[in-house]
Amino acid sequence: MSKVIVVTSGKGGVGKTTTSASFSSGLALRGNKTVVIDFDVGLRNLDLIMGCERRVVYDIINVINGEVTLKQALIKDKNCDNLYILPASQTRDKDALNLEGVERILNELKESFDCIVCDSPAGIESGAFTAMYFADEALVVTNPEVSSVRDSDRILGILAAKSKRAVDGLDPVKEHLLITRYDPKRVEAGEMLSVTDIQEILRIPLIGVIPESESVLQASNAGTPAIHLDKSDVAEAYRDVVGRFMGDEGLPMRFVTVEKKSFFKRLLGGR
Amino acid sequence: MAHAEPAFKLKIANLSLFVLYVNTTDMAQLKNQLDTRVNKTHNFFSNTPVALDLSAIANSNISPDFADLMSFMLDHGMHATGVIGGSTEQREAAVQSGLGLFPDTIVKPTVKTAPIPTTAPSITPNAEKNNAPELPEFGLTIETNNSNVLDSDTQRQNPVSQVPPTFRPTMIINKPVRTGQRIYAEGSNLVVLGVVNAGAELIADGDIHIYAPLRGRAIAGAQGNENARIFVHSLEAELISVAGCFKVFENGIPENLRGKPVQVHLNGSDLIIQPLLS
Repeated sequence: MSKVIVVTSGKGGVGKTTTSASFSSGLALRGNKTVVIDFDVGLRNLDLIMGCERRVVYDIINVINGEVTLKQALIKDKNCDNLYILPASQTRDKDALNLEGVERILNELKESFDCIVCDSPAGIESGAFTAMYFADEALVVTNPEVSSVRDSDRILGILAAKSKRAVDGLDPVKEHLLITRYDPKRVEAGEMLSVTDIQEILRIPLIGVIPESESVLQASNAGTPAIHLDKSDVAEAYRDVVGRFMGDEGLPMRFVTVEKKSFFKRLLGGR
Repeated sequence: MAHAEPAFKLKIANLSLFVLYVNTTDMAQLKNQLDTRVNKTHNFFSNTPVALDLSAIANSNISPDFADLMSFMLDHGMHATGVIGGSTEQREAAVQSGLGLFPDTIVKPTVKTAPIPTTAPSITPNAEKNNAPELPEFGLTIETNNSNVLDSDTQRQNPVSQVPPTFRPTMIINKPVRTGQRIYAEGSNLVVLGVVNAGAELIADGDIHIYAPLRGRAIAGAQGNENARIFVHSLEAELISVAGCFKVFENGIPENLRGKPVQVHLNGSDLIIQPLLS
């Protein structure tokens, strides 16, 4: 049974596209046939992060308009055999995305893919709404600061009220909290919200914490998803996220404390 | 041949209706007082159907001049539709004047609900009540037949919503109420079991119970029920309001109340926030 997973946040610049790239790569590395769709029509970025921008010929709008087939528009990832990218259009208007067209594409993709990752644009307007509407699960990407947490709260409200699952009265969209750009030092100094603070507000299960790291920027510029970086805590953290998503049990929540010694204690104490 | 569409449906509807309780057969006195009362609330009645309750004068052998009363009422926007109770003669006289006959008695709910002046839900700063002095008791009172006493001294901002809401079962929300969401329990109480986050808004015409942290807004007695209360498991709110009197916590919530179980109620025009003793 294939799953549609939306990566969303409300706020911009929190790491949705970085997460979409690494998460979909991680799923593919674990043997899932995966496709990642860029819903940010007009401001496409995913192809850059995935390093396939020069291979984009057709995009999702061409497919929706029936100008090309899905196969023609899908780009095979350079790092993983199981991963394909469906890029957004850079030249079109976001209104070109319509629910009927997206549903048709998703249904076609479900026939051959295990995981369909939808990279949502920022905001709560039609693009973000279209990206989340058909989701079975949602990765809600949040930075440890109040405005990001509030925007995530808003998105969670919309997921619970307006997604297709909510409208059709099915089981609700499964929500996962992913905290990115986490800096334990600044949390300790009281400059950032802690994992506990964020969970206290959002009250959904935590799937992972991605530490703040310079290597993310380097990876983006190099067009390689951060999960492929060697010896990087970001890559490790994303692998943990994928592991937890796949149902691996007992994975410790890493990179949440400054002191590595108290680490197991922390993990056994909090959830 | 195609079947003709049914030209009408005949159904029974339960509508709220104003009832004018006629307490005297002295029509001059009644008209005088009615004039005073209605003039205080401009445009409150506008071709509004009103029933006349004659129970109080049923023992009198005088039948009021219904035709005259009807035209007087019409001048004040009240459209007399029929009579309730009254003696046989009075009822006959009413029929002669073109009024209908309602069943003899009104079935009243046993519990008399609190006065619900129907102001539109408002969170205006310190919504000072329109403290017009109560008119002395006199020969008539105006009620609706579901016995929500209409305080006609209160200015109505929205003459369209004159009819008090009928009471509905408590609305229960068992998931988090998140930023941007607004829950309105119209004509009923509201119980929330999940967290109410900053930027979320709870509105109820009755009481609000929150068995989780309240970080957003809670507005009880939105239609003006001054007896409405708010019960919160953990007070972290942005704003609380009862019947239009509200409090914002610009400088944070006082230490002795923050994060505590509290109840909020109205004492006159003061909003009282009390810790709940466990």
